[in-house]
Amino acid sequence: MRDFVLKRVVALVLPFVTMLGLYVIFHGHLSPGGSFSGGIITGLSMIAFSLVFGLDRSQEKISERMMTLIESFGALWYGAMGLVGILRGTSFLMNKGAGIPLGEPGKLYSGGLILLITLGVGLKVASTMVTLFVSLMEEEEE
Amino acid sequence: MNAHIADLLNVVVLSSLVAIAIAVSYVKDLLYAAILLGAYSLVIALIWLLMNAPDLAITEAAAGIGMTTLMIAVISKIGRKGE
Repeated sequence: MRDFVLKRVVALVLPFVTMLGLYVIFHGHLSPGGSFSGGIITGLSMIAFSLVFGLDRSQEKISERMMTLIESFGALWYGAMGLVGILRGTSFLMNKGAGIPLGEPGKLYSGGLILLITLGVGLKVASTMVTLFVSLMEEEEE
Repeated sequence: MNAHIADLLNVVVLSSLVAIAIAVSYVKDLLYAAILLGAYSLVIALIWLLMNAPDLAITEAAAGIGMTTLMIAVISKIGRKGE
């Protein structure tokens, strides 16, 4: 598991895997994929990092407490984006009816609040995968 | 012409799916079983793609490989030999 070739290949490939995950998250309303698949891909890049380089080095990058905070932030972000509709005088999670500009069809900004909601759900899924993995691995070490 | 090629591809993919599913039950090492499960979900992702469902294909590939990684983590905890 602590191989030289493995470490170098992972160091070369992982930035592109993370970028692919963020791409799938941000283009969720335009192309196949979405927040769940993109969040899993982003989380898997972090899991692969901690599998190859060890759990301690990944804890140095992002601690477990930070991951828990990001996980809670994702859920709260979804709720906050839903409250925008109520604050504008319409119902929960209202998008166009709340007067939010939708943008041009086919462009990246073409869904109003959907882009921001998808970002929150993607962060939540990615941090949940990493937290699940870290708790499994820590249980093994005890 | 194209329909015949699609039928042939379907037969090949589905029979390899059945072969992988049978092979999982014959493998004693749990690590190999988890890797075969990853191959199984890869074939299922190909089937989704053939059925014009690329959204499901992406989710199946990501979730299959993700669950397999997590299973390997669990396997190193409970030991590689099954009952």
